[in-house]
Amino acid sequence: MLLALMHSSDRMEPLLEIKNLACGYQAQSVFTHVNLKLYPKQLSGLVGPSGCGKTTLIKVILGLVHPWAGEIWFRGQRLQPGASPPNVGYVPQVETVDWSFPVTAEEVVMMGRYRKHNVSPFPSKRDRQVARGLLHRVGIENLARSPIGELSGGQQQRVFIARALVGEPDIVLLDEPTSSSDLRVQHELLHLLAELNQQGLTILLSTHDLNSVATHLPWVICFNHGIIAQGEPTEVFTSETLERTFGGEMIVIHESDRILIASSLSTLRHQMQDNLPSILRQTHH
Amino acid sequence: MDLLFRPFQYEFFSRALLVAMLAGLLCGVMGVYITTRRMSYIAHGLSHAILGGAVLSYVLQLNFYIGAGIWGFVAALVIQFLTGRKIYADAAIGIVTTASFALGIAIISTYRQFTKNFEAALFGNVLGVTPNDVWVVALVTLILLALVFIFYRPLLFWCFDRDVAKVHGVPVFAMDVLFALMLAAMLVTTLQILGVTLIISAIVIPASIARILSDRFGTMMIYAALLGAGISFAGIYLSYYFDVASGASVVLLSTVVFGIVLLWTNVKQRRKRRIADSHLL
Repeated sequence: MLLALMHSSDRMEPLLEIKNLACGYQAQSVFTHVNLKLYPKQLSGLVGPSGCGKTTLIKVILGLVHPWAGEIWFRGQRLQPGASPPNVGYVPQVETVDWSFPVTAEEVVMMGRYRKHNVSPFPSKRDRQVARGLLHRVGIENLARSPIGELSGGQQQRVFIARALVGEPDIVLLDEPTSSSDLRVQHELLHLLAELNQQGLTILLSTHDLNSVATHLPWVICFNHGIIAQGEPTEVFTSETLERTFGGEMIVIHESDRILIASSLSTLRHQMQDNLPSILRQTHH
Repeated sequence: MDLLFRPFQYEFFSRALLVAMLAGLLCGVMGVYITTRRMSYIAHGLSHAILGGAVLSYVLQLNFYIGAGIWGFVAALVIQFLTGRKIYADAAIGIVTTASFALGIAIISTYRQFTKNFEAALFGNVLGVTPNDVWVVALVTLILLALVFIFYRPLLFWCFDRDVAKVHGVPVFAMDVLFALMLAAMLVTTLQILGVTLIISAIVIPASIARILSDRFGTMMIYAALLGAGISFAGIYLSYYFDVASGASVVLLSTVVFGIVLLWTNVKQRRKRRIADSHLL
């Protein structure tokens, strides 16, 4: 409700605003005419199939890919193309990370302190304290000295979330944080993100997973080479919108406390048997 | 006892031991960056590319270190520029380095007057280093170690994840340039000691042994530096008694140490697993 009010009102200034953004690689367009506003304390999901341009959009926002056209505004300031927003956290896709790299969980988290403290060649006592505090907050303080490659998928994601948070960012962008996790880990991560959001953090995460992730988010942006629709899942997740987003027939059932989405009746039966609680909506209310 | 100290009575041999230790230390430290960034092939290729610059500086009567250093730096930047433009890094390295190496050979075959120097460049000539060379290697080692110390945090972040490092404010392009410069400087100064063909072992083997022994980047650097210096010293020292080429002696010794450490850690792990299994039963 609060988020719906925020979006219907122009009085609140967006934290991040994207105006008419277009991007591509070589001569191939990835997306065009993207207009988006993210407000402070908003938890949003960028939902779309693999290869629809979600990662490229996140990378353009982060200044890692140059856009073809359009503007990005952060806290009322226009960002130069290719410039990262001044205070942002980023959790990349796990597939892009070299897990055999010789660093411990604590060292990875302390990397995120660079912007806060970049004069000394080595991390300060305060850096260590903050890193330990964040590892405690994400529930893996006991693994601080463990090599990053020896942690489980869920623990690695928590380390990366801690690194994204350790610089005290205004907003955190997560690229498919649940893509290679099982249901239990997805549940834990969503719970953690909901908690952080309740404490005031603005979050944008991308996902192609509708049932176990997207339906539990308070705000979703359906994306496929451009924005198809955005709003609360109960309003946005209709057969028509999802068909336009995912390019195939979709069956959508709205129950009292959850939404079930499937591409066929047999998969819908499996979804009905799945009793994953609607964590985010519960905590949001 | 006299027998043990006999090599030190020759000034050129003491000089060779000192310069080899410095070069081993420097290659060990830089090797940690190179192996963890999976750039071993770049280092190997650049050492060959630098030959072109070395020969050209000789022909143009330029200072070897400056001419070959600039050549190596430019080659590293061209490789970086080509990579990603529909060309993979390994192909870019292949194109740039072989072209540069071929240029060196072409000039040598035209002039036909520095076959001996060519051999030294290929296989190293640590026993032929001059006092001036020792000073250059010491100075470059000192400068590069200072840079590693000063830029430890941004270089570590850049090495682990370039994209996320940029988002967190690390000047990644400056790090690209800085590392290319450091790489070129290291290769040019150590080229005469181990030679184009053998230098990669001094870069890769101590860092790989350090990786087996440690899961921490900083600790790896200390291990790799000590191993690099120690193995180079022992390799050159032993070459005196076994009467083999000094470069080859260093490489063979480092390979033996690598094998021993690998075997030792495997045995240790197996024993640990057996103890853990017996506790479970």
